[in-house]
Amino acid sequence: MDPKTLLQNFVNGLSLGSLYALIAIGYTMVYGILRLINFAHGDIFMMAVYFALFFVTLAQLPWYLAAILAIACAALLGFTVDRIAYKPIRNAPRISALITAIGVSFFLESLAVVVFSGIPRSFRTIFPQSLNEMIIIGGEMEVKYGREVIVGGIRFPVISLITLIVAAIALVFLWWFIFRTKVGMAMRAVSLDIQTTSLMGVNVDRVIGMTFALGSALAGIGGILWAIRYPQVWPYMGFIPGMKAFVAAVFGGIGSVPGAVLGGLILGITEVMMVGIMPAAAGYRDAFAFFILIIVLSIKPSGLLGRPEIVKV
Amino acid sequence: MKKQTKIILTLIALPLIALLLFLSQELLNSYYSRIITLIGIYGIMAVSLTLVNGISGVFSLGHAGFIALGAYTSALLTLSPEQKEMTFLIEKLVWPLNSIQIPFFWATIIAGLVAAVFAFLIGWPSLRLTGDYFAIATLGFSEIIRIFALNLNSITNGALGLKALPDHTNVWWAWGWLLVTVACVLSLAYSSFGRALRAIREDRVAAQAMGINVFKHQLMAFVLGGFFAGISGSLYGHWLSTIDPRTNTFGILLTFNILIMIVLGGLGSITGAIIGGALFAFLSEWLRFLEGPINLLGFKIMGISGMRMLVFSGLFVIIMIFWPRGLMGRSEFSWDGLVSVFKRRYKR
Repeated sequence: MDPKTLLQNFVNGLSLGSLYALIAIGYTMVYGILRLINFAHGDIFMMAVYFALFFVTLAQLPWYLAAILAIACAALLGFTVDRIAYKPIRNAPRISALITAIGVSFFLESLAVVVFSGIPRSFRTIFPQSLNEMIIIGGEMEVKYGREVIVGGIRFPVISLITLIVAAIALVFLWWFIFRTKVGMAMRAVSLDIQTTSLMGVNVDRVIGMTFALGSALAGIGGILWAIRYPQVWPYMGFIPGMKAFVAAVFGGIGSVPGAVLGGLILGITEVMMVGIMPAAAGYRDAFAFFILIIVLSIKPSGLLGRPEIVKV
Repeated sequence: MKKQTKIILTLIALPLIALLLFLSQELLNSYYSRIITLIGIYGIMAVSLTLVNGISGVFSLGHAGFIALGAYTSALLTLSPEQKEMTFLIEKLVWPLNSIQIPFFWATIIAGLVAAVFAFLIGWPSLRLTGDYFAIATLGFSEIIRIFALNLNSITNGALGLKALPDHTNVWWAWGWLLVTVACVLSLAYSSFGRALRAIREDRVAAQAMGINVFKHQLMAFVLGGFFAGISGSLYGHWLSTIDPRTNTFGILLTFNILIMIVLGGLGSITGAIIGGALFAFLSEWLRFLEGPINLLGFKIMGISGMRMLVFSGLFVIIMIFWPRGLMGRSEFSWDGLVSVFKRRYKR
């Protein structure tokens, strides 16, 4: 691979990885507090995209307003899912909580099939077309045989750059929220020790609800950026990105927010690089993340930045 | 009740079930007898997943992967060479598979063995994990199996899948294998091996301290679960007569359906798994009216596809929240239990 292609792939991988990171944060925050794999997270991601689609097409809202509203709706959905499905079984065995989460995930998917129909829809016309144009840095364009364009410089889509910027803003906001606000402090306390925190007068249920809302809002941001990048919307679109983001969260050390970001970025870059180096293996790119997961789990289950879990007898 | 009476009752009940199945074949039309076959297949799937998820205390989400492996293996063995020649359009089938055709029974056995070998290979690294990590790892493996099925053109025919499988699966194969599965799993569950598994389920650390080799026991349960999943896959493939890797027929949706069956029946009960499988097969046919046009008080409502899945997943969440024991809890069918149910009824 020549350095130019390498750099192009690197930028694309970085922006894909920042999408994984945005989704992975939701997994890691919920896991850090409840020790629950929120299977429904990928479906909240999917619902956010549908919300955005319908705010634009049916409610005729401008795209930026639709995006903000869709993210707010995703947050509300995450909060509601916690209240209805997870709160009643908070003291049940962890496996029952996991099974319920799987059920919620399938419920949201079939809800989307019933409400929005299972036919894939296009997201292309919703957001400004300029997002899908290419940025070309350096070099000049040559026009050959009429329409064929050969570009000399480095090229990547505008959306890659925008994804990076939005993800960075979201992460700075998240950092501020977790480390500089009272609710954030409560979240950190709950993830350390849920019982002691409730004894200190913190409304634990509200904090958990906030965590779900925050994670879902980030998934919503990720979802809309994802749909601009891959503009096909359908009810099962959340499964593979959700699973990959979960892999990223485990890779970085589940329960650790910086770990989720790191894991997401590494996963995105390696995935794009792998396809870049071996185009023949492109069909296996979805399997690649799971291979990483299995290798990580068998070598260092606590991940890059996670703390190992100790079983006390 | 004496042990002898119980054995006699069982020996009467089994031919009775067989007679009922025979009558259903003779009297009912092919639609119903297909559903009865499906109940048998679902029963095998549910019982084999109960052995893993309900009894041995690991939580696997990879069952669909083993079922897919079984379906592919047996389909490649029962299709005739001419048919394979016609089906494999993208790339030719690799050498030993393209010229052999063996009877359905042996194909099913080999399907089970292949799935068991893969269960061993998958279980070996992933059983070092516990709880939800194991669940995710097995889910990952089943996705990997599906992705490989989609891409290995020279073995699985890639995205085109396999079509026109011979129509081998009938009531007798399905229910016969169900009997074998239940007999194996039951005798295992009530041996010292099964007690060790349940000890691990209740408290892993305590079981380890009592000298139970957790890894070995769970691996054996996982491999056996994989074997029967492969068997059920062979039957299911020949029941459907097509294998399509693109749809969710052999994906996570199938695992989820089996999970509904065993949770509905009671996680950890073999009887519950069979009842759950039967209920699921019955409900998913009965609820078909939801997806067709409905005439409600003179209003015509267009059928919405996907309604059944919505009902099932909603039901599933409600069961998990309000009724986590399911129908049977962890108890099993027994003649004593049946008698005491009748006694209670007639005393009032």
